[in-house]
Amino acid sequence: MGRRKVTDDKSAKPVRGPGRKSKKQGEPTFPKELAQTEPTDKKKVSSRGKQRARKRLEKDKLKQTINKNTKLKTATKRQSDGESNDEEQINGYTDENQQWLKPKKKKELFDDDEQNEEESMDEDVPYDDQFNEMESSSEEEEENDGDEPKLDIEKQSKKIREKQRQTKERSEQELLTNIQQHEKVQFPSGQEVTKEAPQADLQLLMHRIREVINVLNDFKNKREANRSRKEYLDLLRQDLCNYYSYNEFLMNKILDLFPLAEVIDFLEANEVQRPVTIRTNTLKTRRRDLAQALINRGVNVDPLDKWTKVGLVIYNSQVPIGATPEYLCGHYMLQGASSFLPCMALAPQPNERVLDMCAAPGGKATYIGALMRNSGILVANDANKDRARAIIANTHRLGLTNTIVTNLDGRHFSEHMGGFDRCLVDAPCSGAGVIAKDQAVKSSKDEKDIQRCFTAQRQILLNAIDSINENSTTGGYIVYSTCSILVEENEAVVQYALNNRPVKIVETGLEFGVEGFTNFKGTSFHPFMKYCRRYYPHLHNLDGFFVAKLKKYSTKQGNKKESETIEKEKKKEEEDDSLEAMADD
Amino acid sequence: MRPLTDDETKILFEKLSKYIGDNIRMLLERPDGLYTFRLHRERVYYCSEAIIKYASNFPRKELLSFGTCFGRFTKTRKFRLHITALDFVAPYAKFKVWLKPNAEQQFLYGHNVVKTGLGRITENTPKYNGVIVYTMNDVPLGFGVAAKSTIECRAADPMALVVFHQADVGEFLRNEDALT
Repeated sequence: MGRRKVTDDKSAKPVRGPGRKSKKQGEPTFPKELAQTEPTDKKKVSSRGKQRARKRLEKDKLKQTINKNTKLKTATKRQSDGESNDEEQINGYTDENQQWLKPKKKKELFDDDEQNEEESMDEDVPYDDQFNEMESSSEEEEENDGDEPKLDIEKQSKKIREKQRQTKERSEQELLTNIQQHEKVQFPSGQEVTKEAPQADLQLLMHRIREVINVLNDFKNKREANRSRKEYLDLLRQDLCNYYSYNEFLMNKILDLFPLAEVIDFLEANEVQRPVTIRTNTLKTRRRDLAQALINRGVNVDPLDKWTKVGLVIYNSQVPIGATPEYLCGHYMLQGASSFLPCMALAPQPNERVLDMCAAPGGKATYIGALMRNSGILVANDANKDRARAIIANTHRLGLTNTIVTNLDGRHFSEHMGGFDRCLVDAPCSGAGVIAKDQAVKSSKDEKDIQRCFTAQRQILLNAIDSINENSTTGGYIVYSTCSILVEENEAVVQYALNNRPVKIVETGLEFGVEGFTNFKGTSFHPFMKYCRRYYPHLHNLDGFFVAKLKKYSTKQGNKKESETIEKEKKKEEEDDSLEAMADD
Repeated sequence: MRPLTDDETKILFEKLSKYIGDNIRMLLERPDGLYTFRLHRERVYYCSEAIIKYASNFPRKELLSFGTCFGRFTKTRKFRLHITALDFVAPYAKFKVWLKPNAEQQFLYGHNVVKTGLGRITENTPKYNGVIVYTMNDVPLGFGVAAKSTIECRAADPMALVVFHQADVGEFLRNEDALT
């Protein structure tokens, strides 16, 4: 018995993937415009190059004089033409004569070998164009002035050149007209608006979206005179709805939330899945050991980010990540990175009483339990009995022994139990932040759904506040989080709690994330709302998320004083706003 | 929720002693507080006195679980040990069985262990005694019953059953609903 060394090929560890160290940033990509405008003449001319250029100038002058004198026309013509041809290529001119023009043969050179060498060297060296240009043009003029085409073949070639030039001009004109067409935003006619927008041509749709955004960004200069901003916005909304298949309600909300530049980023980010992340169960193992064990199973893992010490991100895996022996033994939990945040904000301490109001399936609850190091009491509650069973399985799998799992309605929880030190309310929400996970959200939500959500959220949050012991020496904190980005479900709910219960907003302790709105579309919230944190898929590569931390400071049910002060502040802010507006005018 | 009756305690301890022998005492006399067994809806939970006091305040119907579920009493008053008890049973195990990596998967799917999958076994394991099943890295996977004693194992042919499967951690996925 004992461990034998494995020798057969099957169990030998195959080399998988390029390895961690080989991860490299890809080549940078530049827009086409930038790449094209890289001019050759901006290259630095070396001192040798300058010397050579000077020499060449002198030689060419010499050549001209010789040409005039000796009238060796053919040779000079070819040479000069050849040079100008080079010029044209460099400067991006048209070279119509390329077809009939052949590079000169070295033997026919009237000059000696030295010059030949000189010229071939010059081709490599970038030189100052100006004098060359002048020189070549002068030469061409001379050539045009000097002689009429005498040979048949020359006449023909001239004709051909003329033809080519004409076709080119025509095509250029065509191109220009095309560009003009595209630069103008084409509004659909009335008929088109009424019927279903063309689904097929997504590319054209995207183009129009970009154009409209472009116009809206510089509305004064780029607008069409007879079109109002509203018309442009309507068109944009319609197009975005069609392109990303959202319903109009949700798209309106998104357009309200983000500046125009970010809308597309946000919508695009919703089309992409977030990376699969796992959380190390610190009760059973360490992150380094877990990563090693998973790598041995053929899973490509990496530490998640610097803000978490327990997160791992999974790049790819040869085994199902939710069924490895490590998973079954409770060494880790499959969990989105964003759901670490409310637990970190809650910061539960050992030996506290903590309540997780909406716990299923137990990802956050088990993290809280791990942070409490299995001491104190953790109550994990969920209103749905079937989902609550998942909490039981997960808490047992991850080795939590301090957990009580209950199946109570969050809106009436405080009737049964109170006196908690901390409470996490991860309220059920519309899921507008996790569209990448569930595409059905795009089209299934409307005003009523949102209303239903936020009424439940308000009731649950108030009840959670009621179940908190405000005299707790260590806590008295409530963390409210949703996986939604809508203001109605987030800031508005927190504001409602501020108005109705003796709580105040405190800092979450999360060092990144966007600040909460202090005013939004005319409604102003408590100025401390800036302590709340918002997370967006396009900015943080997390699911859309909202985290607010509250502290309860009194037992009084109502909170009139607080609400009065808020109203005062609101008035003040409105005054300030109006003053600012006047100042702007 | 109520404390176990004497009969129930006897049945439970008989079952546990198959796996951990006299070490049951270690479960009850812990230095970090008073831990007891409680019966709630035919299931036996093991947890500290403080949590029991707290949990007893919740309505019986809505209280789904507290502490660690050890197993349940069947309608014929036998005791079934659940996989959720593994965390407390494994450290005190008397007899252990280690599985080779390629037999791990089979065991986790609920199959019995054949001799080829057997990596190690505790010396002088009696026949039909409870054993804890480990991987070669000493990670507990579940528990079962020794089908053969250690000496018989040596003589057995490669495909002979060595351990009967009773519970494994794969059940956390396979029957999440029936766990507690």
